[in-house]
Amino acid sequence: MASRSASQRFARQITPWLVPALIVIAWQVASSLGRIDTRIMPSPFAVLKAGETLALSGELWTHLRISFVRAMLGFAIGGGIGLALGLITGLSRRGELALDSTVQMIRTIPPLALIPLVILWFGIDESAKLFLVAFGTLFPVYINTYHGIRSVDPGLVEMARSYGQRGWPLFRDVILPGALPSILVGVRFALGFAWILLIVAETISASSGIGYLATNAREFLQTDVVVLSILLYALLGKASDVVARLLERRWLRWNPAYQNV
Amino acid sequence: MNAPLATTATRGVALDVRAVSKQFGERTVLDQLDLRLDRGEFVALVGRSGCGKSTLLRLIAGLETASSGDITADGKPHAQAQAQTRMMFQDARLLPWKTVLQNVGLGLPGDWKAAALNALAEVGLEEHAQKWPAQLSGGQRQRVALARALIHTPRLLLLDEPLGALDALTRIEMHQLIERVWQKHGFTVLLVTHDVQEAVALADRVILIEKGQIGLDQAVVLPRPRTRASHEFGALEEHILNRVLATPQSPISPSGLDAVVHFGALRWAQ
Ligand SMILES: Nc1ncnc2c1ncn2[C@@H]1O[C@H](COP(=O)(O)OP(=O)(O)O)[C@@H](O)[C@H]1O
Ligand SMILES: [Mg+2]
Repeated sequence: MASRSASQRFARQITPWLVPALIVIAWQVASSLGRIDTRIMPSPFAVLKAGETLALSGELWTHLRISFVRAMLGFAIGGGIGLALGLITGLSRRGELALDSTVQMIRTIPPLALIPLVILWFGIDESAKLFLVAFGTLFPVYINTYHGIRSVDPGLVEMARSYGQRGWPLFRDVILPGALPSILVGVRFALGFAWILLIVAETISASSGIGYLATNAREFLQTDVVVLSILLYALLGKASDVVARLLERRWLRWNPAYQNV
Repeated sequence: MNAPLATTATRGVALDVRAVSKQFGERTVLDQLDLRLDRGEFVALVGRSGCGKSTLLRLIAGLETASSGDITADGKPHAQAQAQTRMMFQDARLLPWKTVLQNVGLGLPGDWKAAALNALAEVGLEEHAQKWPAQLSGGQRQRVALARALIHTPRLLLLDEPLGALDALTRIEMHQLIERVWQKHGFTVLLVTHDVQEAVALADRVILIEKGQIGLDQAVVLPRPRTRASHEFGALEEHILNRVLATPQSPISPSGLDAVVHFGALRWAQ
């Protein structure tokens, strides 16, 4: 296992990309042969071309940046509140009693069902999108923080107490690291969800961002830009997942389950 | 026979457990139990599973409070001596997210690295200082737990079946290690074990707990290091083992597997 040869390792890295590559090639060939109507589905080349044009004009970067900032800001607000609430209910029985059932009740509301209300409250303002993303990312982080803390090995907590650890050192050295694998699962969930919510929010009402780019292009029948926007969302979602995985590998490297992923 | 002990019995604490009782709900686990440990003495506690050995240790460690009675160390309420007491459990309870070295230095202020390396060297693990606990064997993990206890220079060491999960060979190595550090540091030791041979090999006195009280208090006057093959060793081991087996099972636990199989979960707690 350890001394796998270089060519085997190369093959392992390449293989997952074979099927996507074949699909893109088939798609391009079919488009070039006129088998696919380019008004319905542009060729990969046309999509690339559209991307180039938008990149050169600078429009692409502006929309990308705006969407990215919205997703991250919404996630930071929602995830931050979720983390704080999860810490309170996880660490204190009284906090759990006071807050947990309320949070669980609100959690049953699908975030997308809030859209009409959100538009009434915030109009098509920036805060409408942030609210929606924050609302959706709060719960995965909350639940996983709460359960993570509750499932910390009580034997370790007892040991640390008998070594004189109390308060902040106990939290920092024992409870937080013990809950971290679960918290990071929540973060990964929340990041994935942040993008989904942002797509919807930007598609319904926005004057900037990738969702706006797509809606706007649709009105002018620019299918290449529409497909480009969809791919950009996919890329951004993938990128945030990669970042979350990197965090896991760095922070959970003590855990044998994360050492050779 | 009566070879003097190598122990310098000055560092250890003199522990006095007086009329201590512990109830969990209706059930009395310890009933007016009295126990004295001299400075630097090595005492082993044996008894049927569920007889209250761990409970007694946890009371002494301050992890639980007695329903009545007092525990004093050197004549002072034991609660004040918590920092001088260290406990080891059946599982090593190392923090998996800290390296071996960081585990040994847990809760120490200031620059503890050199001291932690010393403690690791004492249990023969200094070359594993930078590993994660998950990379060690069960015996190595218990040795790290021992180093973590030693670094605090405890005056009382409480051991709750620390070798229960180890294989026979590793246990014998651990016996030698525990005996060596005890002789060197001179702390008082209270060891819970289900292995009578282990008790006879290590302890100055073997104590049997039955019906919430002390049922047997047997001095072990054999020269150290003890050879298990000797006649005296074998005779003493058999004597204690027979005494343990003569104790009735504690009333709470089902008398055999049959009862559980036949009556199912309903009768489990009767
Ligand atoms: N926290 C607790 N709550 C209720 N019962 C307990 C608790 N801790 C121990 N007991 C009961 O006390 C008895 C003695 O347990 P213990 O001291 O762990 O026995 P052992 O001698 O095997 O170490 C057992 O019957 C156990 O079920
Ligand atoms: Mg026990």
